[in-house]
Amino acid sequence: MSVLVYIEHAEGSVKKTSLEAISYAKALSEKLSSGDVIAVALGSISSDELAKAGTAGASKVLHVNDSKLTEGIIQAHAEAVAQVYKKVNATTLVLAKSSLGDAVASRLAIKLDAGLVSNVVELPDTSSGYKVKRSIYTGKAFAETQVNTEHKILAVRKNAVDLKTDGGSAAVEEVLLDIAPENFATKITSTDKATGEILLPEADIVVSGGRGMKGPENWGMIEELAHELGAATGCSKPVSDIGWRPHHEHVGQTGVKVAPTLYIAVGISGAIQHLAGVNSSKYIVVINKDPEAPFFKAADYGIVGDAFEILPKLTEAVKAQK
Amino acid sequence: MKILVCITHVPDTTSKIQFTDNNTKFDKNGVQFIIGPYDDYALARAVELKEQLGASLTVLNVGEAETEPTLRKALAIGADDAIRVNSFPKDSLFVAKQIAAIARQNNYDLILMGRESIDFNGGMVHGMVGELLGLPSVSPVMKLEIEGEKVKMAREIEGGKEDVEATLPLIAGCQEPIAEWKIPNMRGIMSARTKPLVVVEPTSDNVATDVFSFVLPPAKGAVKLVDKDNVGELVRLLKNEAKVL
Ligand SMILES: Cc1cc2nc3c(=O)[nH]c(=O)nc-3n(C[C@H](O)[C@H](O)[C@H](O)COP(=O)(O)OP(=O)(O)OC[C@H]3O[C@@H](n4cnc5c(N)ncnc54)[C@H](O)[C@@H]3O)c2cc1C
Ligand SMILES: Nc1ncnc2c1ncn2[C@@H]1O[C@H](COP(=O)(O)O)[C@@H](O)[C@H]1O
Repeated sequence: MSVLVYIEHAEGSVKKTSLEAISYAKALSEKLSSGDVIAVALGSISSDELAKAGTAGASKVLHVNDSKLTEGIIQAHAEAVAQVYKKVNATTLVLAKSSLGDAVASRLAIKLDAGLVSNVVELPDTSSGYKVKRSIYTGKAFAETQVNTEHKILAVRKNAVDLKTDGGSAAVEEVLLDIAPENFATKITSTDKATGEILLPEADIVVSGGRGMKGPENWGMIEELAHELGAATGCSKPVSDIGWRPHHEHVGQTGVKVAPTLYIAVGISGAIQHLAGVNSSKYIVVINKDPEAPFFKAADYGIVGDAFEILPKLTEAVKAQK
Repeated sequence: MKILVCITHVPDTTSKIQFTDNNTKFDKNGVQFIIGPYDDYALARAVELKEQLGASLTVLNVGEAETEPTLRKALAIGADDAIRVNSFPKDSLFVAKQIAAIARQNNYDLILMGRESIDFNGGMVHGMVGELLGLPSVSPVMKLEIEGEKVKMAREIEGGKEDVEATLPLIAGCQEPIAEWKIPNMRGIMSARTKPLVVVEPTSDNVATDVFSFVLPPAKGAVKLVDKDNVGELVRLLKNEAKVL
């Protein structure tokens, strides 16, 4: 018996959200005595880096070191993870919610005959049955969901558990799999991706700008504050619609749903569709010149005033406290 | 060329979410239902492809009779016919099995869905249907062009996008900016009344999960305002009170 964690990596490192998924799996396995936490990594990445999965709670990492799997081909990843799941006699698969994770998990639900719960925010409650709390209605509510199947897949949302960093080093074992060619029917022909930046869906702090920022030439102020805070940058939908910022930075109902510990909204009115993407944040700070802006109702801290005056001061104050 | 678009019937994005019956049922009181925003993008792209390629376009919903006005709206936007699988959409697996059963009978070349439903936000049904039918599934797709048998797509990934190629038949979960939402015109609305809407009964498959009860998040306390001339105070609060810096 074991819990398997599907982990993702980018630019040579295991993603932080995947380490969080491992921490979740570790806490789950301690709570339910479900055996070892084993991680599975696909594609080219160094063993030293994979061994770090141990700090988050994995005892072993199975590495399918096949360069064809370095890219996130959905069907091929699902097939590889299914084979490993069976090999290690797992009963539960845990993974971090992500663009690739969601797509892979849904195919695995069929392959493994497993009940799948997405957007999981807490450890399961097994006092009667197996109940998992998940976020629904774009963060406006939660559903206590009973899982009826023997095999279970939990797609975990950011901040569902604290990241564990006190584990040991994990043993890394290479595994060879035979993945039929039809699983590679889709081809990734090119990738266009920000490098070296903190990515929005994975960030602990997000600084986000709205139409109140007046134009793309003013984004330097947002970026400077983000830089001082080690934060990712986001924006409201109109800002990406007009092309001031790229689409993948747009936060909200129809964009990225973030769950950082701190979300700083500058010059964003706080329309319900924007709030839908941020209401899972632990703390929200709002900077807006209009004291009646609806965002203040959803905020923990706020400053009423002109963003162009406040942002440089705030960046200085953050620098000063270091 | 046959295209299927799967649509959800969901509360409008501005709806206040509340529950009744001891937090076991969604409170529909005063709620307006719409085509899921991502499904609307899928439908809009499908209408464009239909015009471009002379395809047939069917819309499908798994839902009870109350969803028919939403299906009629999709017909008004440009679908040729509609299918309703007559059952409450119990969970994603159940819905996926219904969609797969319809797809097996009709051999669609392209099945478009939304990247996720905005009620349960699973983003799961397209992958499940793909696996059930043994077809590739790609999501979230922000661009989709068909050139013969070849489908060229752009898929959003964290921090960017990737270009993906596949061949038909294929399933895609769509999001903006794949196409502009289409608003039904008068002629569309008139013709939608007489377009076929077929109701079929579900296959009797079990569910894998059940919603036990709903919970609302705790109410937020009042915002703590900091004077704009004392910005350092905000940093102190974030550091010492919230402990996030
Ligand atoms: C189906 C649907 C889905 C949607 N999905 C999303 C979504 O996913 N994400 C999203 O963001 N929106 C979404 N929207 C749009 C949403 O309704 C709002 O229109 C949008 O969020 C507003 O963006 P904004 O706050 O940047 O701009 P505005 O509403 O124009 O607000 C600008 C704010 O800046 C403030 N301001 C102006 N100047 C300054 C200054 N100098 N200093 C400080 N503050 C200043 C103003 O007081 C105002 O509050 C959606 C809408 C629909 C219909
Ligand atoms: N009840 C339903 N009827 C038809 N299509 C659905 C239904 N539920 C989900 N879908 C489709 O599957 C997509 C993903 O839904 P979900 O996995 O629930 O987030 C939606 O955007 C729809 O296209």
